[in-house]
Amino acid sequence: MFDAILENRLLAAILVVIAVPIVLVGYIYLVEFVVGLFRRTTAGRIRPWLWLAPALVFLGVFLVYPTIATVIRSFQNRRGDQFVGLENYQWFFTQNDTLIALRNNVIWVIFLPLLVVGIGLLVAVLVDRVRFEGAAKTVIFLPMAISFVAAGVIWRFMYELDPKVGTLNATLNAVGAEPRAWLVEQPQNNFFLIIVGVWLLTGFAMVILSAGLKGISTELLEAARVDGANEWQVFRRIVFPLLLPTIAVIGTTIIIYALKTFDVVYTMTNGNFNTDVIANSMYQMLFNNGQPGRSAAIAVILFVAIVPVMIVNIRRFQEQEAVR
Amino acid sequence: MTQAQAPVAIGAQVQTRRRARPQLGGIAVNTVLIILMILWAIPAIGLLVASFRTAAATNESGWWTAFTPPWEFTIENYEYVLGRAGIDQAFINSFVITIPATVLVVMIAAFAAYAFAWMEFPGRNVLFVIVVGLLVVPLQMALIPILRIYSNFDLVGTFPAIWLAHAGFGLPLAIYLLRNYMGSLPSSLIESAKIDGADHFTIFTRLVVPLSVPVLASFAIFQFLWVWNDFLVALVFLGYDPANRVLTVELSDLAGRGEGSLNLLPAAAFVTMILPLIVFFSLQRFFVRGLTAGSVKG
Repeated sequence: MFDAILENRLLAAILVVIAVPIVLVGYIYLVEFVVGLFRRTTAGRIRPWLWLAPALVFLGVFLVYPTIATVIRSFQNRRGDQFVGLENYQWFFTQNDTLIALRNNVIWVIFLPLLVVGIGLLVAVLVDRVRFEGAAKTVIFLPMAISFVAAGVIWRFMYELDPKVGTLNATLNAVGAEPRAWLVEQPQNNFFLIIVGVWLLTGFAMVILSAGLKGISTELLEAARVDGANEWQVFRRIVFPLLLPTIAVIGTTIIIYALKTFDVVYTMTNGNFNTDVIANSMYQMLFNNGQPGRSAAIAVILFVAIVPVMIVNIRRFQEQEAVR
Repeated sequence: MTQAQAPVAIGAQVQTRRRARPQLGGIAVNTVLIILMILWAIPAIGLLVASFRTAAATNESGWWTAFTPPWEFTIENYEYVLGRAGIDQAFINSFVITIPATVLVVMIAAFAAYAFAWMEFPGRNVLFVIVVGLLVVPLQMALIPILRIYSNFDLVGTFPAIWLAHAGFGLPLAIYLLRNYMGSLPSSLIESAKIDGADHFTIFTRLVVPLSVPVLASFAIFQFLWVWNDFLVALVFLGYDPANRVLTVELSDLAGRGEGSLNLLPAAAFVTMILPLIVFFSLQRFFVRGLTAGSVKG
């Protein structure tokens, strides 16, 4: 029976991989044929919407509708048959656990972007001046290819309490220090979880910053050096300001990431020892505590927290468009 | 290790370096980078070594002791993981989920990106800003409403459910990156094709798509890595049913079984990483180029 299921799945996947492109290209071909029957001005008016239609349907079903539904659900009781006003929100802001999750998210939002962008920038600047650039970039970027679950396993070996197994405690042992319970000691255990995120994401920041750096004209830098600027001044006065837009892009991306952070916490501590974050507590409320109303309220709070970042993002886009 | 000797030859080599390169750094620069590389590599190397050690050895001593005699390495862990823990099934499931989810999103996003970049219509910018704004919707928030839709159509626990969901979640970033890239293609090219009588279908398939291959490929790789490494979406839509498990869910389940499998976990983790690593190493150059094309203006 197992084999039958497997065979069917493979078959279905192959069918989809062949059929989806045919259907979609066929759709666009059909759109162009139908649009061609209309007058030019009419055609120009309806064509864009038909090209956008598949994407808009997907976005509507999978992102817009869930957002609206969640907002409504957050004002309802546990069973979802009665409106309870702001009760779920009140609950969130009066619970010790959820407030700790909120505090931890603030820690994530401060330290994750700072470390990721900081180390990413350091590597991007330094890697330009060594002969093993490719190797260095590959090593730093590699964790991007690793799932959070696998990363969780990797870092459990790093943080293991027993110095005979845990890499970090073995290192402490070697220099004569006492082993530490990295994931239990509060509140620094949050910081040790953030380290895992830094390990995973720095490659992303480094690659984009490095590309931005290569775009800066060498003549400009040489001119500054000839005028007697030292390397630090060149970086501080020329490189950094020119990289600032790129740094802003990565910074906002990582801030959004930090707000939505879930996988690292879920796989490493599951929110124990006061390491919970909003996304994880939302998940627990929904799937383990059977409290969809409260979970929806947490989701909305998370969404509202992201809105300012989103506004910055949109402003930046509009500025870009103005330049174009 | 040969990298550590790099500073010695600097003086002689400077002239042959690429033009864009500033002067090579001294010992300090090399040292800082090598330390960072070691820090970044240690966790993964530790896991790799542990995956080839016996249960007894892993429970008694750290991976670093494996480098001193007696050299006791084994492939038992891999044999067990590949044979009994149901990982082969999960591997196929992951594969069957990832490929269609990637194809779907790249194609739909390409149509939309083309419309946003090269068609005039009222509300174009507002709509595009909304699409970019959807980048920040927390995934966890969308799961339950989608589950409700799926249960109306009997889709819960099926593969189309997860194909469609991943395609939906991947769209905002895909449209954003592809539109930025397509929009930066020279407009003279598109205009002259129009003057020559080419319609949108021809311009799209013959001109824009071939020119956008780097960004299409890089996003496809990005989406591939993302779906392959996804845990939450697979868990919610497919559940713990052994026949439905993907690699990440399988690995998480194995991790949950506790100390007894301390030797199996590293091997299982590496099995989940094999395909992404192959994809990453073989297509790394492509990936990096296309990803940076949209966000950085040189």
